[in-house]
Amino acid sequence: MRPLSLPLTALVLISTALPVAAQTSMRIGLQQEPTVLDPTSDATAAIDVMLTQNVYESLTTVDESGAVMPQLAESWTISEDGLTYTFSLVQGVTFHDGSAFDAQDVVFSFDRARAEGSVNPTSGIWAPIESVSAPGPYTIEITLSEPDAFFLFNLAQGDASIVAPETVDTNITDPVGTGPFQFDSWTRGDRLTLTAFDGHRDAADVGLERVEFRFISDPAAATAALLAEELDAFPGFPAPELIDQFEADPRFDVVLGSTEGEVILALNNSKPPFDQLEVRRAVSHAIDRGEIIDGAMYGRATPIGSFYPPHGPAYVDLTSAYPHDTARATEMFAQAGLAEAEITLRLPPFPYATRSGEIIQAQMAEAGINVAIENVEWGFWIDEVFRKKNYDMTIIAHTSPNDLANFARGPEYFYGFQSDAYDALWQQIRTEADPEVRNTLLQDAQRYVTENAVHGFLFQLPRLSINKAGITGFWNSSPVLFQPLAGVRFE
Amino acid sequence: MTGYLLRRTLGLFGTLFVVSLIVFLTMNVLPGDPATAILGIDASEEARATLRAELGLDRPVWQRYGDWVLGVVQGDFGTSYFFRVPVSELIVERVPLTLSLALMGMMATVILGITLGILAASNQGKPGDWAIMLMSQVGIAVPAFWLSILLVLFFAVHLRWLPPGGFPGWDEPWLAFRSLILPATALTLVQSAVLARVTRSSALEVMRLDFVRTARAKGLSRGRVLRNHILPNALIPVVTIIGLQVAGVVTGTIVIENVFYLPGLGRLVFQSIANRDLFTVQALVVLFAAIVVIANFIVDIVYVMIDPRLQDRLK
Repeated sequence: MRPLSLPLTALVLISTALPVAAQTSMRIGLQQEPTVLDPTSDATAAIDVMLTQNVYESLTTVDESGAVMPQLAESWTISEDGLTYTFSLVQGVTFHDGSAFDAQDVVFSFDRARAEGSVNPTSGIWAPIESVSAPGPYTIEITLSEPDAFFLFNLAQGDASIVAPETVDTNITDPVGTGPFQFDSWTRGDRLTLTAFDGHRDAADVGLERVEFRFISDPAAATAALLAEELDAFPGFPAPELIDQFEADPRFDVVLGSTEGEVILALNNSKPPFDQLEVRRAVSHAIDRGEIIDGAMYGRATPIGSFYPPHGPAYVDLTSAYPHDTARATEMFAQAGLAEAEITLRLPPFPYATRSGEIIQAQMAEAGINVAIENVEWGFWIDEVFRKKNYDMTIIAHTSPNDLANFARGPEYFYGFQSDAYDALWQQIRTEADPEVRNTLLQDAQRYVTENAVHGFLFQLPRLSINKAGITGFWNSSPVLFQPLAGVRFE
Repeated sequence: MTGYLLRRTLGLFGTLFVVSLIVFLTMNVLPGDPATAILGIDASEEARATLRAELGLDRPVWQRYGDWVLGVVQGDFGTSYFFRVPVSELIVERVPLTLSLALMGMMATVILGITLGILAASNQGKPGDWAIMLMSQVGIAVPAFWLSILLVLFFAVHLRWLPPGGFPGWDEPWLAFRSLILPATALTLVQSAVLARVTRSSALEVMRLDFVRTARAKGLSRGRVLRNHILPNALIPVVTIIGLQVAGVVTGTIVIENVFYLPGLGRLVFQSIANRDLFTVQALVVLFAAIVVIANFIVDIVYVMIDPRLQDRLK
């Protein structure tokens, strides 16, 4: 044990003697571990989960419903034509290393992210930007080449974190931002520790002194760690089949929320047989979502009939567009000359995919189609399925927000889907400033992909969280990859 | 002796060279792209191309292998694609954990396996023998990861005697030791079951030989016959198995470290292969191969020490 200085020892004794003092140190389990600690150069979700809006901040942020809120920009105005954004920045902010934050840091961060040869993982954020300038020390002006309805939302993401030129090169192992928590230590593969940053403008509202993330990839090990009270919380618990014992245990709260992840039975629209609309529709009739959700997710998921999360403001329920009807599916497959056909289903190594895959195989067999399952490794999936479109069917969750854009990514994207009508619709959605009109258009987009049965739409990936009873402030649902911790506390 | 050592050393480097070449080629044939894995499926093709160039992935395989070998000769094992730090750094920070785990596992295996094997042999056919053989049969049949989960559920979740996983680092020796007890036990139980069976059958074989009967006939006690005559002769095949078990323990850490979420080399191997982190895989496989080859070398030396008839080997 390290020698403690006397006053500190006394403090420890006092604080343990007082039962009323709320706990301020939290241990949080995560399934994935980070590769580096810089969200602007690596898409690994764990980096955003831990650091975005906690260590790093962006000009904007979002709340649990996905609505845009001010962060380092305290306010902004948008020109009539929707092309010029003027942000006024919060003053008196400092980075964790003590250096001051001003407009030059924003210009630096954005110019770096959108530069030629940048490795920023989300190029879509930067594509519409024409210029970034600082007319004053706390004013930022950004001009776009065309209106972008998702611009402010996109600026809240970890890819758009504000970094300082002095520390940018060491952020991969020693992240420095302006957020309410500062980086303390990281043991690769084991844990990462953050401590509250006293110099933050809202430091008084932060409920935790210390946050320790522990990386536990195996669900059985995660369960044991929670039961042994080695962890206080596990947001994004990976195994729905292990939830029952926590629900029965008064020590824990089990929270069932939603994510932005639509799980789809992706069909390769670029080659037979799924280049035929009738065959794709037959697949939609052949699958029974209720059975898939019960079997693969232990009933803990919401069915979807299109490619939009049920909690979103523009959601339209299309789950009954293709009622489950094996006889009809059989007939449709037969008419397309597919009776007795053999189709492969390449499954990535995620439990939701492998479990759903087996059930779909059985359902397709009832409709007279032989499905051969190939379980492939993630690296193989990325290369063969995603990059080379070498597949018939696969199952995958699309976890990005606003990803109806995928259907406008052209025939080169792994869907192999292309429609001029949809491209035009998406262009309209992307540039529509009025949220009401945009939501109506988004409903059209949902109907369009369902009408064309581009894929089999299965369910929205749930977000299961297990917290020790008495913890408040965690988001139930994830509209984005990150999870702000400033409001999390023990009661 | 010198000539023998030289031959063995050359053999070691030859083996490592072949191993590294096979790993390099296999990793290049496997489908999968580190740049896509790092940047995710939403990145632009330009960003991926930039990253590929940064990582040197745009150059031909032979050139990359040649550069790697040149680097290794100068002590540079390359940079991890994923963690973007030198591979040697990744390995060095994880060695203390895996080494401790493997040593604890190996020592417990040897002690437990040989003791149980001798006990069984000297009680051949009696209930003690039956019990040990039954347990060792179960030990061989049970997969290590399943046994690990049972151990955790009982000792960490139910009794709360030991932590369910994780490793606080050797800065806190007592906590570190406690957190290695369950993983080392899981490693040991499976390996020592094998060793116990081998020890038993080897000891039984020796017991039937004439010199044992002679020793007993001239009036030596059972204990002395066991210690001075049976054991040294029975140990030769046991040492062979222990040599092989070093490989078993080293690869066993891959499974055990995942179940107990220990940040060691085994977990790193698992992740690096999934992530196509070429240089890390390369360095680790070469390291593991070196451990196995060196273990076999030590086994050869031990042979000579326990069996004087083999002295010629060193000539």
